[in-house]
Amino acid sequence: MREGHGFISIWFFVGLLLAIYGLMIVGTGLYEIGSPPAHPAVLSELRPEIWWGGLLLAFGLFYLIRFYPRKR
Amino acid sequence: MSHKLLTLSPIDVVIIALYFAMVIGIGIYLKKFTKTGEDFFLAGREMSSWIAGLSFVAANLGSLELMGWAASAYQYGILATHWYWIGAIPAMLFLAIVMMPFYYISKTHSVPGYLKLRFGEEARALSAITFGVMTVLMSGINMYSMALVLNVILGWNIHFSIWASSLTVAAYVFLGGLLSAIFNEVLQFFLIWLGALIVSILGLIEVGGWGGLVKRIHQNFPGQDYTHLWRGLDSFAHNPMGIQWTGIVFGLGFVISFGYWTTDFLVVQRVLSAKDLRSAKMAPIIGSVFKMALPFIVILPGLLGLAVLPFKLLPADVANGAPNYNDVLPLMFARYCGPGLLGLGITALIAGFMSGMAGNVSAFATVWTYDIYRALMVKRASDEHYVAVGRWCTVLGVLVSIGTAYFVMQFQSIMDYVQQLFSFFIAPLFGTVILGMLWKRATPAAGFWGLLAGTLSSIGMWLWVRFDHSALRYIALSPYARDMAENMYRALWAWIICVLVTVLVSLVTRPKPVSELVGLVYGATEIPSEGQISLHKRPIFWAAVVFLVLVVLNVIFA
Repeated sequence: MREGHGFISIWFFVGLLLAIYGLMIVGTGLYEIGSPPAHPAVLSELRPEIWWGGLLLAFGLFYLIRFYPRKR
Repeated sequence: MSHKLLTLSPIDVVIIALYFAMVIGIGIYLKKFTKTGEDFFLAGREMSSWIAGLSFVAANLGSLELMGWAASAYQYGILATHWYWIGAIPAMLFLAIVMMPFYYISKTHSVPGYLKLRFGEEARALSAITFGVMTVLMSGINMYSMALVLNVILGWNIHFSIWASSLTVAAYVFLGGLLSAIFNEVLQFFLIWLGALIVSILGLIEVGGWGGLVKRIHQNFPGQDYTHLWRGLDSFAHNPMGIQWTGIVFGLGFVISFGYWTTDFLVVQRVLSAKDLRSAKMAPIIGSVFKMALPFIVILPGLLGLAVLPFKLLPADVANGAPNYNDVLPLMFARYCGPGLLGLGITALIAGFMSGMAGNVSAFATVWTYDIYRALMVKRASDEHYVAVGRWCTVLGVLVSIGTAYFVMQFQSIMDYVQQLFSFFIAPLFGTVILGMLWKRATPAAGFWGLLAGTLSSIGMWLWVRFDHSALRYIALSPYARDMAENMYRALWAWIICVLVTVLVSLVTRPKPVSELVGLVYGATEIPSEGQISLHKRPIFWAAVVFLVLVVLNVIFA
């Protein structure tokens, strides 16, 4: 896009939000291992928070690092 | 509207709040980069094909997309997929390969702007005014749908939902114009996919894949066919949609679809922001790939609802407080998503609503400023003046849309209302634009009268059936036709009338000299050759690949 015009890339913002979300969702999944909820969701035994949150975190970190705004 | 389907945990609320903070933050950050009209209205025409392509699809993801089509999938089964495949992909590829060169080479700011260049001021004024009306009505529907969903799912106050969400959109589009809208649409695109995809994945695991899904649906609904795309379309009476294959192929697949994807400025504006012609041609092709994949997160949850929910959902008008078709997606979120994932899913819904609203508002601001205000009111002013008008027009558009949101509350069927608007305004516009692009003989007078005749005849046909229901046998070719089928056929007739009037008037009026049609019409425009580009970089190659995949998918799920 227009990084050459002083823009921070849109991919950086995407990476930032997904990394934060991934971290929060993985954290929730890990917490629930220790204290399971009273009414768990269907297939909660597959721990979707951990692997889906992990995917978000990995995806977010990739874009965050790859498009981190560097001084020219 | 009294029941509440989901309860959010604190982590879910934080996830949603972070999203609101991020979209406003992006708007504030981008304000300093949107100084000129080109920046504000066309994002500087410097977007890559990927950004423009993702934005192109995200702008179409309004409130009706996720909730509405998941509900339609529960109601009609896999038939709803036609709106994503034959009802979208051929038109998107046609826009990319055939129409984009004329839009892009003419350097127009908008679709009404193209009509001004091709046919003159009258056709531009008519299309700009009808587009403005339609966009505001659509934006209002979007807002109302979102507020209704947040009210039903989370128990939020409907007025708070309307004002909070619409003012957020107004803020970021006011600040950064189309640039901000596109930035946020790309972000929203990822959130929609990542928030909704998990439901389909877990659902397929639970039922044991596609085979298990079909088996369970047959067990739950014996004797009914919810899993075939084309079987049952031989007759109006053989499918739950009350439509025949001609309505799907010609009404939806040709007129409605081509009209929407090639002439609705809401989506075309995103492609006009591309940095060069090749990017502008690739953007709809990239968008078409994701559009073709959307049934995986929109239709599949509806089908999963048929397979796994322990109770049957009812039509909204008879549910009387019990879960209805529109609740299927939230119910699937509740089934599979615990804290955190639920917040992500609700954020996906809100992101979908916002991207649709922002699309309407930014397109409205552009058409109002360039095609109504500058064309008819203040013809000579500075670029800064028009940017300021565009910014305030964003606020005006949102306020009018809020009024429209309260207006549409009285309509029972929102989806039907939307299809009516398309048949009134989009179907005839497609007739005018396509003849203007492909036929040098089409005259300025014909462009205006064809568009006017198509629009008025469509509204006339709608009124005819409202006052005399037996007229349905003439308009929709069958007394058994349902609302959706009536809309498809009305659109088809409106297009035919527009084309006939345009052709007839052209034959008796004076055409423009060919020298004035350069860059606007096929046969008078030199399209840059792609002969020196390698095959895998050519838009036509990727369009062929996408079309082949579309055919294969239709055969597999026939």
